[in-house]
Amino acid sequence: MQDLLYFFQQLINGLTIGSAYALIAIGYTMVYGIIGMINFAHGEVYMIGAYTALIAITGLTAFGIAWLPLVLIVALICAVIVSSSMGWAVERVAYRPVRGRHRLIPLISAIGMSIFLQNYVHLAQGSRNIGFPALMDGGFQFGSADSFQMSLSYMQITIFITTLICMTLLSLFISRSRIGRACRAVSQDLRMANLLGIDTNRIISATFVIGASLAAVAGLLLGMYYGSVDPLFGFIAGLKAFTAAVLGGIGSIPGAMLGGLILGVAESMTSGYLSGEYKDVVSFSLLILILLFKPTGLLGKPEVEKI
Amino acid sequence: MATPNFKHALFCAIVTIVIAYPILGLNLVAESTRVIVEGADTTTVISVFAAALVVFLFQLFRDRIMASLGGLPKLNPFADREHMPESKRARLESWVLTGIVVLALFWPFFVSRGSVDLATLVLIYIMLALGLNVVVGLAGLLDLGYVAFYAVGAYTFALLSQYAGVSFWMALPIGACLAALFGLVLGFPVLRLRGDYLAIVTLGFGEIIRILLNNWTALTGGPNGIGGIPDPTLFGMEFGRRVKEEGNTSFHDTFGIAYSSEHKVIFLYLIALILAVITALIIRRFMRMPVGRAWEALREDEIAARSLGLSRTAVKLSAFTIGAFFAGFAGTVFASKQGFISPESFVFLESAIILAIVVLGGMGSQLGVVLAAIAVTILPELAREFSDFRMLVFGAAMVLMMVWRPQGLMPMRRTHIQLRRQE
Repeated sequence: MQDLLYFFQQLINGLTIGSAYALIAIGYTMVYGIIGMINFAHGEVYMIGAYTALIAITGLTAFGIAWLPLVLIVALICAVIVSSSMGWAVERVAYRPVRGRHRLIPLISAIGMSIFLQNYVHLAQGSRNIGFPALMDGGFQFGSADSFQMSLSYMQITIFITTLICMTLLSLFISRSRIGRACRAVSQDLRMANLLGIDTNRIISATFVIGASLAAVAGLLLGMYYGSVDPLFGFIAGLKAFTAAVLGGIGSIPGAMLGGLILGVAESMTSGYLSGEYKDVVSFSLLILILLFKPTGLLGKPEVEKI
Repeated sequence: MATPNFKHALFCAIVTIVIAYPILGLNLVAESTRVIVEGADTTTVISVFAAALVVFLFQLFRDRIMASLGGLPKLNPFADREHMPESKRARLESWVLTGIVVLALFWPFFVSRGSVDLATLVLIYIMLALGLNVVVGLAGLLDLGYVAFYAVGAYTFALLSQYAGVSFWMALPIGACLAALFGLVLGFPVLRLRGDYLAIVTLGFGEIIRILLNNWTALTGGPNGIGGIPDPTLFGMEFGRRVKEEGNTSFHDTFGIAYSSEHKVIFLYLIALILAVITALIIRRFMRMPVGRAWEALREDEIAARSLGLSRTAVKLSAFTIGAFFAGFAGTVFASKQGFISPESFVFLESAIILAIVVLGGMGSQLGVVLAAIAVTILPELAREFSDFRMLVFGAAMVLMMVWRPQGLMPMRRTHIQLRRQE
């Protein structure tokens, strides 16, 4: 019984982290699906989202506003606005001028952007990690008090529900809206979509904005979950989310969700049963193995290289 | 007519404020257990708005600014000049390189100890950058975990000296070969991947190595690192005040001169210099050999190169292994120079710096990479008050380079014939 509870605890922890990874992974996968580049600075956009949310929360508390739903919604809106502006600006400054050049060039530009943003926040906000106030305490407890207790905190429930809402909205947006349809068209064939009168530049910008908004949501959620942020917060999370995107099949949105969940569970099982130190090793090894044996990922389409 | 421009300009200005103000203008300050927000000083706020204004004006008059920029005389007066003939250029380049080396040989005897120490570091970076240049610049494989091979070299020497008492000169080839072996083992499966996947996998590998070094406390000492790494000896002569090992003599006794701690620093510098020169010469040879041409061919057009009978795996693997080999070389020298290593020295940022050197110098160009390594290492030392901005500037420079001059400051020139249309 106890072992089972312990297992479920790890599963819940993993799904929590995994759903947040999935939110970040969407940004990677959409951008890759459309322009075929890895947006290395995406993790930093997520980190900036977390910082903005923290600034908003702290600011509101200073004004004496403490009604939790209002605080969260305002923080969320601020984070989404700042992050999506960031995503838009990054694309404009660092990626659009180099679009269509040799593969390595946008990638190096993206790495440069990532380093730049990391140090921008580092210089502005200091390198120390800053604590997120604990807004949501408590949760449900399962199991007897004298042995292992499984807990499902309100925070975790919030993360699940928010992720679920975001994913549903995104799916509806992609499948129903005009811009969503254009996104799909552009990801299938950029040049043809352009010929058919779609403003591809706008669609690419929209992709960055959507990805960055979801990353901002994840930034708020994970910032609260972990309880602190620092300028390097985005680097590892970005790598994990990229791993999730590759795991699920890069370019595929359901794949990113699936990949995020699998990665989250794998990680939390490692920290639960082996050691917390090796969880990064496990996720990177998973990435390497996936790329070796199934480079298209779980739900990705095989890519045919044309000459 | 100006309406769309105006709207766009206004939008850009607002975005500038939105992305700059919250992060720069509102600082989070930890006060005992609470976190509070403090507004930044007026200068910061004013400069954020000034930046927004600049963006606004630039976007508003973008077309006109671009047009007038096009009308300006060329910034580079040599842009239209005819290129030097290839043979003359190559000769000039080798003269310049020889000149630098000769200068570098005598230079340490006239300057302070600190600058010699710094110069040794520069030379280590030159070795690393030359090695990465093979992988990224020549073979076109983006390796973001290059620092892992550097770590392998450094830790090989540290561990061998700690557990087996192996000296620097023995460890140098062992460290380099072990790093090359790691490159081979990693490269064999992953080199089939396309460019950007390769970048991520190597990045992951670099992190794995670092995490292992950090957590395998029994062997590597974990975050505490390994200390007491011996200095190199010169034909059995030690540079310390007292001889540590049986059978060795000390340098100052043999030559009957007074002991000076500078001897060791200069000796290390000279070793690094010689190794850097060897690295440069070997790679220069490789570039002119069939394998070097194969690297470039595969970088330029993989399908064409393969259809001409080049083995993709063998060619890429050779570049990867050779790059790793020189990283191991540099790692051994680094361990010996520091006398102490810890996983802290082998973080991703280090890989990024080496990559920045290669990119800034001009991918594939040796002279460019050497000059960039010198600039990137020395400039932050010269402007210490700006050292916080070092990485910020690196990041920005990488982006700007890719946008404006992706071939680097000193692009590589290949031997070629220029066909001229007859007048």
